[in-house]
Amino acid sequence: MPLRKDIKKILVIGSGPIVIGQAAEFDYAGTQACRALKAEGLEVVLVNSNPATIMTDKNMADIIYIEPLTLDSVKKIIKLEKPDSLLSTLGGQTGLTLSMQLAKEGFLDEHNVKLLGAKVDTIDKAEDRQIFKETMEAIGEPCIPSKVVETLDDALEVAGKLGYPVVVRPAFTMGGSGGGIAGDEAALRVIADNGLRLSPITQVLIEKGISGWKEIEFECIRDSKGNVITVCSMENVDPVGVHTGDSIVVAPCLTLSEKDFQMMRTAALNIVNALGIEGGCNVQLALNPNSFEYAVIEVNPRVSRSSALASKATGYPIAKVATRIAIGYSLDEIPNAITGKTYACFEPALDYVVIKFPRFAFDKFVYAKKTLGTQMKATGEVMSIGVSFEEAMMKAVRGVELGLDTLTKPVFEKLTNDEVIAKLSDIDCDRIFCIFEALKRGVTTEEICRITAFDKWFVEKLRNLCKLEQDLAKGLTAEKYQLAKKYGYLDKTIERLSGEKLAEKNIDKKHCVYKLVDTCAAEFEAQTPYFYGVNCDEENEAFEFMNSPEKKKVIVFGSGPIRIGQGIEFDYCSVHCVWALKEMGYEAIIVNNNPETVSTDFDTGDRLYFDPLTPEDVDNLINTEKPWGVVVQFGGQTAIKLTKHLQDKGVNILGTSADSIDAAEDRERFDALLEKCNIPRPEGMTVYTTEEALNAAGKLGYPVLLRPSYVLGGQNMIIAHCDSDVQEYMEIITATKLENPVLIDKYLMGKEIEVDAICDGEDFLIPGIMEHIERAGVHSGDSISVYPAIIKGKIKNMIIDYTERLAKALNIIGLVNIQYVVYNNEVYVIEVNPRSSRTVPYISKVTGVQMVDIATKIMLGQTLKQQGLPTGLFPKSEYFAVKVPVFSFEKLHDVDTQLGPEMKSTGETLGIAKTFKEALFKGLLAAGFKFKKSEEGKPRGVLFSVRNSDKPEIIELAGKFEKLGFDIYATSGTASLLNHNMIPANFVYRIKDGKEPNVISLIESGKIDYVVSTSETGRDPALDSVKIRRKSVERGIACLTSIDTANALADCLESGMTIDDVEMVDITKI
Amino acid sequence: MNKKAFLTLEDGTVFEGESFGAEGELIGEVVFTTCMTGFQETLTDPNYSGQIVVQTFPIAGCPGANSHDDLSDYGGAAGLIVREQSVVASNFRSEETLDEFMKKRGIIGLCGIDTRKLARILRKKGTMNGVISTTESADISKLKSFTPEITLISGTESVTYRAENAKHNIALIDYGHRKSIVALLNKLGCNVTVVPFTETINPADFDGIVLSNGAGNPAECTEEIEAVKALIASKIPLLGIGLGHQLLALAAGGTTAKHTHGHRGANIPVVDLESGRTYITAQNHGYYVSDLPEAVGKITHINANDKTCEAISYSSFPALSMQFAPSDMSGVNATAYLVERFLGLVK
Repeated sequence: MPLRKDIKKILVIGSGPIVIGQAAEFDYAGTQACRALKAEGLEVVLVNSNPATIMTDKNMADIIYIEPLTLDSVKKIIKLEKPDSLLSTLGGQTGLTLSMQLAKEGFLDEHNVKLLGAKVDTIDKAEDRQIFKETMEAIGEPCIPSKVVETLDDALEVAGKLGYPVVVRPAFTMGGSGGGIAGDEAALRVIADNGLRLSPITQVLIEKGISGWKEIEFECIRDSKGNVITVCSMENVDPVGVHTGDSIVVAPCLTLSEKDFQMMRTAALNIVNALGIEGGCNVQLALNPNSFEYAVIEVNPRVSRSSALASKATGYPIAKVATRIAIGYSLDEIPNAITGKTYACFEPALDYVVIKFPRFAFDKFVYAKKTLGTQMKATGEVMSIGVSFEEAMMKAVRGVELGLDTLTKPVFEKLTNDEVIAKLSDIDCDRIFCIFEALKRGVTTEEICRITAFDKWFVEKLRNLCKLEQDLAKGLTAEKYQLAKKYGYLDKTIERLSGEKLAEKNIDKKHCVYKLVDTCAAEFEAQTPYFYGVNCDEENEAFEFMNSPEKKKVIVFGSGPIRIGQGIEFDYCSVHCVWALKEMGYEAIIVNNNPETVSTDFDTGDRLYFDPLTPEDVDNLINTEKPWGVVVQFGGQTAIKLTKHLQDKGVNILGTSADSIDAAEDRERFDALLEKCNIPRPEGMTVYTTEEALNAAGKLGYPVLLRPSYVLGGQNMIIAHCDSDVQEYMEIITATKLENPVLIDKYLMGKEIEVDAICDGEDFLIPGIMEHIERAGVHSGDSISVYPAIIKGKIKNMIIDYTERLAKALNIIGLVNIQYVVYNNEVYVIEVNPRSSRTVPYISKVTGVQMVDIATKIMLGQTLKQQGLPTGLFPKSEYFAVKVPVFSFEKLHDVDTQLGPEMKSTGETLGIAKTFKEALFKGLLAAGFKFKKSEEGKPRGVLFSVRNSDKPEIIELAGKFEKLGFDIYATSGTASLLNHNMIPANFVYRIKDGKEPNVISLIESGKIDYVVSTSETGRDPALDSVKIRRKSVERGIACLTSIDTANALADCLESGMTIDDVEMVDITKI
Repeated sequence: MNKKAFLTLEDGTVFEGESFGAEGELIGEVVFTTCMTGFQETLTDPNYSGQIVVQTFPIAGCPGANSHDDLSDYGGAAGLIVREQSVVASNFRSEETLDEFMKKRGIIGLCGIDTRKLARILRKKGTMNGVISTTESADISKLKSFTPEITLISGTESVTYRAENAKHNIALIDYGHRKSIVALLNKLGCNVTVVPFTETINPADFDGIVLSNGAGNPAECTEEIEAVKALIASKIPLLGIGLGHQLLALAAGGTTAKHTHGHRGANIPVVDLESGRTYITAQNHGYYVSDLPEAVGKITHINANDKTCEAISYSSFPALSMQFAPSDMSGVNATAYLVERFLGLVK
């Protein structure tokens, strides 16, 4: 069937802020959806609270709301816009859940809105545990023995019958939030209690544990005619028990026999048919490795992280096809964009091996539990493509940017053989590295498989890598070099492992060639240039696509895996750069290895190379493409890191030069520059050892800020208040080899101001100045940021002046991000980043200044004036925009939630309104803050537990809450302080007092709505203050760790605003 | 390091790689398959008889081979070319590695080459002859003049496979059949008597007759076409599969032609013209029915990509036929409804 005639105006719901389990893949899916809908001539209304996305860009939809994704907010938009349809399946779990609620309440019917993409009963069948189980039983597809329960007692009873271990899966939570594996009754009590609370319908599934089975996934698509296909099969290298988002995954399945495979595929198709899916669907199955026994794990009746991966792994655009199915098309009517000749109704054939490797945040969160289970913890991932498992694995491990280029992780090298074997039992993010170490120690494959339940095939593949590395250590030969290249090693790595140079041995370097991802394993000619590198092959297909010699070629380097501190905003910037290049008549080539993103969509650039972003990988690409220029400014630290290497190679780097980048990052050069510009910065020094650090801190005076140079997202940055803090920090930081020094600065607790500017070498433009709600000391990415800044007069002028001086002194060509602190009426520079930043997307959207496009044109030689743009500070918008950080603390156990100089947030929301208060309210609401109205007989409570230095300030803060009718609770010192200041505060015991009611039991009692907790020291989960904050996260209670944030919240509560009181802003009209 | 081996194509292209499986020299038609699983099924598929099969997926043999999964007891590929042969066989039913399996059956292997480059040559220039050998000097003139001599293969005597509570007695004329079709017919309540194509069959002894798949150029099977004509005349319900589908069309007055590079894969979309539904099918053939007189029947299914004939329903006699396999290793697949439709004719 062609396009439905009854669809004219369609509402698309996005997935909101990036959190673990719901990340950039939904920007990719949403962007494809919006483009597909617009291509049909439909009017698209979009709502998404995440400003750092491509999908919320002006040309993506006709009407765009960056508004909270709450039921009330979406209802308001529906009433306002009167769409005739709602697309529910492209916005992750958030979009799906909202759509279902709207449908079930009858709101959609009432307003004549058709639900597209998923039917209510399909979703219920897939997501309601009991109905799902009944549906599976009806079609004879086996489920894992389990029972749905709604109380803890029932959970315990069911587990008793099934036998431990059991798996707890809460209903309707994303990324398996609140789930886990319970080995005994005590563990079940904790996990089930938590799961029941997190489930919006207070329901969990208690399931028999089947750890050790193979985990197999199918991405399927079905249309309304009943045509159904599997787009891609995937096999988890980690057996059942680890969330698929945290597993190393291969595509297609590698260890299944034809009979196993067809059995799994048939099951997946049966399920998709039984659920009546019309669109994309992910089916997860478990297969007993020793029989034909299998079971259905779960089904996601929408596009998902896995479908983004499958799309990139096969070249089949699942989200686009699912969207077209939703508006009436059938699979046989949708052309396959890659071949141009075939149709979407076929199953892609791969002629390569794909590996997905997860990226975790444990390098930042040293105290976090690294164990993996049914709840996803990865913040991002990379995908690698090779013609062998080995090659793909080596590309993945260096591409994930852990500082590794082999599977050897230094921590394991220090362990004894017994310790390594004992560590094999730990199901955590390092398991693959531990297996590799075990192989190096001579542990047998059988032993490793027995302990880890990994398939023998995978372990033997890792053994090939191990054996090669051991052979290389005995000396380099041409034959070994050949094998190492085949296995995907870098020359640099081969030389290091062998201790010999290729040149000395007269071995010719092998360059890689590029092969096409074509959905059909060469059966048809492909039109879309999507490539991956292969080391030891003959034919380079990339040359066949270089058909525009008249155009200058520019390579844009992407930002790699999403991690805390380097998120989706850099993909936004990379994509905009590509668009601007194309618009200017250049050939834009993108290289990146993140499957979740818009940048790696095969039709974003003129050519896409899906490969890691290390210097050697990039050299290979440059050898093939021979570009006129390259862009490093938009791919975050991943791309910036390449600058020096590219400069040395004589590559034409567009925009700010390598020397300028170095001048901004090298402490001594930067200090000299500031002196020359006559701009003050907090006093600081450079140190290498603990001793030097202690001396420096003594001279500067506490508190001091410590951080390694060349950092990202404030990684490993702390504020030290005393010698022991410095000692603890230096011990951790010097545990790994220190290539760059540690910077130690006087810490000034002032107001933080952030500026993004564009400079062409002559003129500069500041689209907007932002001011942070939290004082300096909270990482800028974790601060609530307000545009336009509230500061005025002299200070504002100083900031504009300093920005100009810095941009010119650094000879910035393109973007620069500068952070200032205003302290005692003086402006100090804290940081200068000669590249795009986290705030670029939102400032571009709210000011209408397309920063990346302008910067790209500047790099190509068009000055600001030539582009017809003003200089200096851009006139401020009539709207306020408040960016609020969003965290994923519920997924990361044992991480202290106290904000500090190290970034912890995974995403952000934006509130846009004509007044600051309304914008703040929207931003907070979108970020998940609940503004509970006081109800009769239901007291609301706030718990205070703060460090001494904050005590003077909480009197006013507590007063605000008290006036709003909250009951105030506090530990002894704080309580008596408040009571002395005429604020009635209830006293509670600390945990260490050993008496009741203590802070923990109080939080559990349900009397507390907000917690305000700050402490001198943090991080260590054993600390009382950290326990309070963790408990708040577990109970879903907002915990504020900065007095400034708490004040902002209190002011919002005071205003008594609701979504009905605020105007919905269509940003395309700004 | 394994022994070197070479593939020389009719157009002169030489690939150098490593030898595995059986050693020796082999001339054959070089064809490629895009199947990503099932190397054992590929190597034992009688449709590949005499051919050198290139697997485009880079690894073969991960689950090893076992004694249950052969598609037939005779026939199958003569050579296998794959980028990497898995030396490890990992599956609970695995009995031998790919290398052992091929050695035992005398299948010659070549690995370690750029198979994508090879597949692209075959796609652009069409299927061609090639020689795998452990010496580099292959005589191209010999290759050019080589015509694949495909003799139909079958067992030597009739065997009957009985179904529980059988409703029908079906004869399957064996041109090199796959076991999965017998399993499917058994499952659908048919006793199946597999009759070698060399034997003459008495239609009166059966309720219906299935013409099996097999290898080679159908137009050259003149004797078999004559035999099928006799069956048509008897008005017994007929089902043609693969080669059987082509023979049936030829016997009914149609013609066949050769694809440039064939349809070989597990992902081939076929459209049922009546219902409008598209089915994903497994195929392995180099020839297709290119024309059929309107009076004898109509094309019911076409290939979604190149629109060639995939299935026929005959009007002048009770028969239908399909180019693709209606069954896979797990038994029934989505297109088994055509076999059921044939059983409807039998009733």
